[in-house]
Amino acid sequence: MTLPGQASIPSAAARPVQAAPASVSPARAFLAILGRDLYVTGRELPYFVAQAIIQPLFLLFVFGRILTQLGFARAGYANLLFPGRVALTAVLTAIESTMLPLVIEFSYTKEIEDRLLAPLPTSMVALEKVLFSTLRALVAAAVMFPLGVWVLGSVPWHAAGAPLAIAVMILGAMVGSAIGLVLGTFSPPNRISAVFSLILTPLLFTGCSQYPWPSLDRLRWFQVVTAFNPLTYASEGMRAALVPHVPHIAAWLCLLVLSVSTVGLTALGMKGFRRRALE
Amino acid sequence: MTRLAGARSGAVATSTTPVVEVADLVKRYPKAAHDALDRMSFSVGAGEVFGLLGPNGAGKTTTVGILTTRVRATSGLAAIAGVDVTADPVRARALLGVVPQHTNLDRSLSMRQNLLFHASYHGVPRSVATARADQLLSTFSLADRSKEKPDRFSGGQSQRVMIARALMHDPAVLFLDEPSTGLDPAARLFVWDRIRELRSQGTSVLLTTHDMDEAQALSDRVGIVDHGRLLALDAPDALVAALPGSATLDVTVIGTGDCVAMLDALGELDHVTRVEPVGGEPPPQGHQVRPGSGPVGAASRHGSADPDGHQVQVRLYLQGDPAGLVGPVSETVARTGGRLAQVALGTVGLEDVFLHLTGRALR
Repeated sequence: MTLPGQASIPSAAARPVQAAPASVSPARAFLAILGRDLYVTGRELPYFVAQAIIQPLFLLFVFGRILTQLGFARAGYANLLFPGRVALTAVLTAIESTMLPLVIEFSYTKEIEDRLLAPLPTSMVALEKVLFSTLRALVAAAVMFPLGVWVLGSVPWHAAGAPLAIAVMILGAMVGSAIGLVLGTFSPPNRISAVFSLILTPLLFTGCSQYPWPSLDRLRWFQVVTAFNPLTYASEGMRAALVPHVPHIAAWLCLLVLSVSTVGLTALGMKGFRRRALE
Repeated sequence: MTRLAGARSGAVATSTTPVVEVADLVKRYPKAAHDALDRMSFSVGAGEVFGLLGPNGAGKTTTVGILTTRVRATSGLAAIAGVDVTADPVRARALLGVVPQHTNLDRSLSMRQNLLFHASYHGVPRSVATARADQLLSTFSLADRSKEKPDRFSGGQSQRVMIARALMHDPAVLFLDEPSTGLDPAARLFVWDRIRELRSQGTSVLLTTHDMDEAQALSDRVGIVDHGRLLALDAPDALVAALPGSATLDVTVIGTGDCVAMLDALGELDHVTRVEPVGGEPPPQGHQVRPGSGPVGAASRHGSADPDGHQVQVRLYLQGDPAGLVGPVSETVARTGGRLAQVALGTVGLEDVFLHLTGRALR
């Protein structure tokens, strides 16, 4: 069978094929996507802050004040607990800020698609999530200081430790974002609540945020377990900065482990992200 | 046939690069028995509306997925305005706009903000973006609800916003995946009109559809796809005109004794150019239909015959007035032992082209 010639296409009306615009700028697209996340968070800032402080508020109140006042914990326990709580807030807020939106946007609302189609490499969309969650987690961790003063009366602080405290908070937030990227892209969407309790709960309680790591030498096996949790190095790093007289893991080791885990987990998370973004 | 799979279209070749070029494209999903795309080739010229027509699972969405950088090709070329989407997806994304089948609007943003943030991702200057957003919101009859969030919108409204969003960065080609699936007739016509407007403004459009009316109404050229292959490619009218006959007569026959004899007899009638049993999806291999296993109506709705051979659906292609042939057809059917249960007159359309190429109905 031979088909007759084709109907003519109105090429007179057709505009010339566009050359690829010279102005394609991945950096600008990256900033625009970050701008979107900041805009959305900024609009719901009061909710975000309330969400970030509610659990630490009760934790510091019950463990830092009630238990010490009743004599179940020693007077200095609040000073041990507070640096750990700052670290925990940084890591946990970062995990949640990355993981939950990724699961929802990839599996249910598909909202992320418009950003995946923006003119920037797919892995930069993943990096934007890491950066944004880091910023969110830093805000939440910073809020812990006024909250601690309010609940505990005072918080441990000495100026010389400030640079280390800031560095540990940043690295803790980054490693949390990287963990969130891994969990958010590798968890099966229908098992997300199981992943949440099966992975996050052990992560929270083996991260030395409620006890200093060296004191665990009387419980050797648990000390070994906690050494595998990046949160341990954030908690210990904060103690090194805020309560240096309490025995702690060396600050340089905390910074090293946090940096290496951030790089490794981010690389793994980006692999998971590309797997979800591209078929 | 001149334009079988693999044949490259030369008719729209202009001095410029095609807006979309696909050559020997193959996509093999892991663990899949067959290739989702099997050496697909076609190109879309500037200002052309190109339709990919085929049943669900034919490979249309995979083709669009590769062209829009979301699916990785196994082999072959896919290019947007000369930019290889595999080698340089970032530049390709700047050149294309995508309207997916499902709603993927940003639910944290209002309609207008969806448009404006999309423009910012693509580096459109703010002043240009606001002017364009206002214009598109008005074109798509969304201006009065532009401050609302997407979760309050109907499917049709969401789709209009997604088309407007895709146009915010002035893409060289717009991809529309099943644009009127799930829309009510008014919404569908509205979208059709907007697509025609885009064409008149010189924006190329590649749309996928399993709806022959849509393909016929909108497309300058239609590629018919099935099982990952391009079966035919031409203007809709040309595809239809290439079929023998200009009208159809669909007859449903009950109780025919000798089906083959009846088909032969019908084919010998004056003005009948071809007789085709209308088949549905072929049953999977080894699948046996048990007699009396279901209601006859459901079993034979698309199929040519029910398991007992009691009911046969046949399409006659003919020249001239089909009404005049009802009498002779009825007599012929009666002579071969059957009885006419239903008769429908029609004109030849793209569905018949598909039927002719694949031996089964499109839907």
